[in-house]
Amino acid sequence: MPGRVSSSVHLPPFERLVDAHARELHRFLVGLVGPMEAEDCLQETFMSALRAYPGLRHGDNLRAWLFTIAQRKATDVARRRVRRPTSDLDGVEPVAPADAQPADDALWSTVRSLPAKQRVAIVHRFVLDLPYAEIGVRMGTSDVAARQNVSAGLRRLRGEVER
Amino acid sequence: MTDELERRLGDPGVPSIDVGALRASLAMRAAEAGLLDVAYGMLDSPLGPLTVMVTPRGLVRLSYGDESIEAQLDELAERVSPRILEAPEKTDAVRRQLDEYFEGGRHRFDLSIDWRLVRGFAGEVLRATARIPFGRVSSYREIATDAGSPNAYRAAGNALGSNPIPIIVPCHRVLHAGGGLGGYTGGLDRKRFLLDLEGVLPPRTTA
Repeated sequence: MPGRVSSSVHLPPFERLVDAHARELHRFLVGLVGPMEAEDCLQETFMSALRAYPGLRHGDNLRAWLFTIAQRKATDVARRRVRRPTSDLDGVEPVAPADAQPADDALWSTVRSLPAKQRVAIVHRFVLDLPYAEIGVRMGTSDVAARQNVSAGLRRLRGEVER
Repeated sequence: MTDELERRLGDPGVPSIDVGALRASLAMRAAEAGLLDVAYGMLDSPLGPLTVMVTPRGLVRLSYGDESIEAQLDELAERVSPRILEAPEKTDAVRRQLDEYFEGGRHRFDLSIDWRLVRGFAGEVLRATARIPFGRVSSYREIATDAGSPNAYRAAGNALGSNPIPIIVPCHRVLHAGGGLGGYTGGLDRKRFLLDLEGVLPPRTTA
């Protein structure tokens, strides 16, 4: 059944969300899961959003809503990776080797191994260039906590990448 | 070096993304999942570009190119559902039948209509209008009568003026009783063109 929209809710046509936010969401997802998985993740993000869309109680900050969904999809990918480590394949080469990723691969695989909060905060801060207050809003934390997540992530990266 | 690390973090090596392909793929998946509530597509016609919008129930809106598509999508988002994507293949049947009509090969449209955008008396008027056959005309008063209120011919005129599905719900076949063309949402030139195409020209062409 088509979703019902109450007259007090003004949601733009879904297509407009895709046009307005696809590129930035994609960039965000590349930071979180890498270019190989980002496109699938992006489609899953929009499919989940489309499913829930008519049920939204208001149309405020749809952008932040989309980023929350994208973040969840990226977490799912990260969990799947943990469950299926490539070393378990016992000599079988993975179909899509990790080195299919572009330069700076070492740095980005380290980013992707950070604890989720640090990883997401780092990507928000440096890939999307967001201020701490906005990162806090998107991650549901205070801006102080957002800043702490970023600096904890940076500390770890410095330790591992800049040795 | 802190600055160097932060600079490198600003560039995750993002491959370019084809938003058009993403839209097409989402439209296909949404339709398969039953999540595409409004699909739209365009076609060229002798009357200029037309936009066709369909729901799973049928054709809900057809519009001439001079109406802003964004404004129409906004209206559908509010009145039908905001799950709207461009999906030309979902509008194929409508576009094909319109092509045939403009080429003179089709006198009747065989399409299901979603009447959701019309309510009450306007709905009665437009349903009565949909029954006027190709090559025939009616008057505002006759249509009001068919819709159940012989005296409401002004209201009938208003309903025809806001017909969401012109051409296919043939409001161009409704003329003044004296033979004047009356009005038309798409402009009188289009009304004249359609009547001409159908071999009907009113006895007097003064509007």
